[in-house]
Amino acid sequence: MSDRIREKLNILADAAKYDVSCSSSGGTRKNTNKGLGDSHSSGICHTYTEDGRCVSLLKILLTNHCIFDCAYCVSRKSNDIQRAAFTVEEVVSLTMNFYRRNYIEGLFLSSGIFKNADFTMERLLRVVKKLRLEERFNGYIHLKTIPGASEELIKEAGLYADRMSINLEMPTEAGLRLLAPEKTHQEVITPLDYVQKQIVQFKEERKLIRNVPKFVPAGQSTQMVIGATPETDKEIMQTAHRFYQDFSLKRVYYSGYIPISHDQRLPVIGTQPPLIRENRLYQTDWLMRFYGFHVNEILNDSNPHLDIDIDPKLSWALRNMQYFPVDINTAAYKMILRVPGIGVGSAKKIVQARQFGRLRIDQLKKIGVAYNRARHFIQCADSPIQLRDYQGFQIKAFILAESQSKYLKHDLNQIKLF
Amino acid sequence: MQIYLFDGTTEGLLTAVFEWFERKPGKISLQTKDKHQPDAFYDVMFIHNDSQKASRVWKGLVQKLSKDWIRRLHCCCLAENEETWIALFQFCCNLFTTPAAIQYNYGDPNVLLLSQTAKKVEREKHRMEAFIRFQETADGIYYCGIDPDFNVIPLLQRHFQNRYADQQWIIYDLKRKYGIFYNKQDVQEIQLDLKMGLRSSILPATQQSAQESLYSLLWQDYFKSTNIPARKNTALHIRHVPKRYWKYLTEKQ
Ligand code: SF4
Repeated sequence: MSDRIREKLNILADAAKYDVSCSSSGGTRKNTNKGLGDSHSSGICHTYTEDGRCVSLLKILLTNHCIFDCAYCVSRKSNDIQRAAFTVEEVVSLTMNFYRRNYIEGLFLSSGIFKNADFTMERLLRVVKKLRLEERFNGYIHLKTIPGASEELIKEAGLYADRMSINLEMPTEAGLRLLAPEKTHQEVITPLDYVQKQIVQFKEERKLIRNVPKFVPAGQSTQMVIGATPETDKEIMQTAHRFYQDFSLKRVYYSGYIPISHDQRLPVIGTQPPLIRENRLYQTDWLMRFYGFHVNEILNDSNPHLDIDIDPKLSWALRNMQYFPVDINTAAYKMILRVPGIGVGSAKKIVQARQFGRLRIDQLKKIGVAYNRARHFIQCADSPIQLRDYQGFQIKAFILAESQSKYLKHDLNQIKLF
Repeated sequence: MQIYLFDGTTEGLLTAVFEWFERKPGKISLQTKDKHQPDAFYDVMFIHNDSQKASRVWKGLVQKLSKDWIRRLHCCCLAENEETWIALFQFCCNLFTTPAAIQYNYGDPNVLLLSQTAKKVEREKHRMEAFIRFQETADGIYYCGIDPDFNVIPLLQRHFQNRYADQQWIIYDLKRKYGIFYNKQDVQEIQLDLKMGLRSSILPATQQSAQESLYSLLWQDYFKSTNIPARKNTALHIRHVPKRYWKYLTEKQ
């Protein structure tokens, strides 16, 4: 018995790992029924994989049997691999037992499509209902919406899940048509839109009637695979921007394509996944969501690709030297936020601290500003007087020379967010 | 300079602030009893803990500071180190003697140290919430032993009580030799007889429940399958899960 469950878990966790989302944030479920579990609003990473990704949820497929043949997917019909399927009870007892031991924040359940969309969605729904209603489980549940499933099933699932997601997979329609001719972006958009409208409607009703249940309280997310098809960074981020806007998505994930197939339409097996590029896309995503940048400021027709050697915030600053230097002691918060080397936390501290007197270099350093980077773009109480104006490319050379030794010491994979 | 000698507890610290305020002796040096080296040339004042004096100071702090700052001070007390006690003392004295809202002056070294220390304590608390791994004992209690850098158990209680409301559990600080036990009703502070074999974070096999080894095995399997070898990045992995925490982690055994 234990061997069989181990084998299933190995197969079905392995097939699920290419979905990079593992966030457990935004959960609002409280343990009011003396059951098991209580959401932590910002989520908790209980461990990290050896490649440094957060492990927060038990991320598995219900089954890796699939009637489709998407070229980029390990579970595709034509792939000769071991297949397995969990029973509803097995998923429930794994989730409960892992949660009780504080291994996880909850469950991320997805599935290959067996028989048809409704049949699959109905099974997923049975798992979440059993967890919520029979086991009184209040931990986090992220459920895949199965494209093509009926609205009734999707709506019912939304009453028990914290987050729902559907992956766009390829950033453009053309890319998708190339690798998964049976699929379209519209199939993703329709349910995303439906769920979003329900979220809004439930929220409205809750304002009037307090005991209206929550509906997908942690919102929706999606994922795009990067580097399987030849999109530009501009195309990728504009798609992301549009989906953030149109469907109020909580997150868009970018997943560097890991070659898993000999299909000629795809990068050959053994090609390094584009990890730096993936990182630059996440940095851009952050700039859009937390730093007040519009996507067109960072990526446009004259700059369709992100720099690989420097992060997008620095790159924007170097192209826009007319806004600098920024005076730390007088500039508006939103300009301070745009200075390379100053993050959201330091920017807030600066604005508070400067009420007590003009800030000096040593204070900025203590507050947490990366001064060596920021100094090219700011002025503070004791900034040395600059005799000449440097051009963007000269400053870039200074910064690169300074960080060169650091980059050489470390693996390029582990560049941080700013 | 006069030396104020206190016992290294929150109550002692608050009493010291009260005494200073009554006398206003100017600058003094605050020291904890166990670090203090007697020296004939200094004038030493022993602080005798007084819960009424302490609570008056605490009330004063609550009036002057936001909730966030009160939480920060609480965390700093749990850091239990000399440097932080001194910063706490000076911060409190300044706060009561200046009309300005000095807590927002991040240019002030005490303010900065306290907010940074509080952050470290919060981070340790958060890591414990993440890295604690319960093991089910033969009598159905979920147990975990820890030895955190700071005394974070008081900060952990609520999180675990809300979350694991329908199971019995123990979180035990092996270094400070006390723990908390939840019996499905309320939480009690406990001291374990360590002869029971609970000397480390991992339970001996004889004391585990029948299912325990299966689930820890499944978890180890799961951890292995989530890895994508093409993305391997050990340095990043270690930055997120520093090695000193590996002893807690089922998946690292
Ligand atoms: S439908 Fe989903 S599981 Fe099936 S092959 Fe396509 S991506 Fe893979």
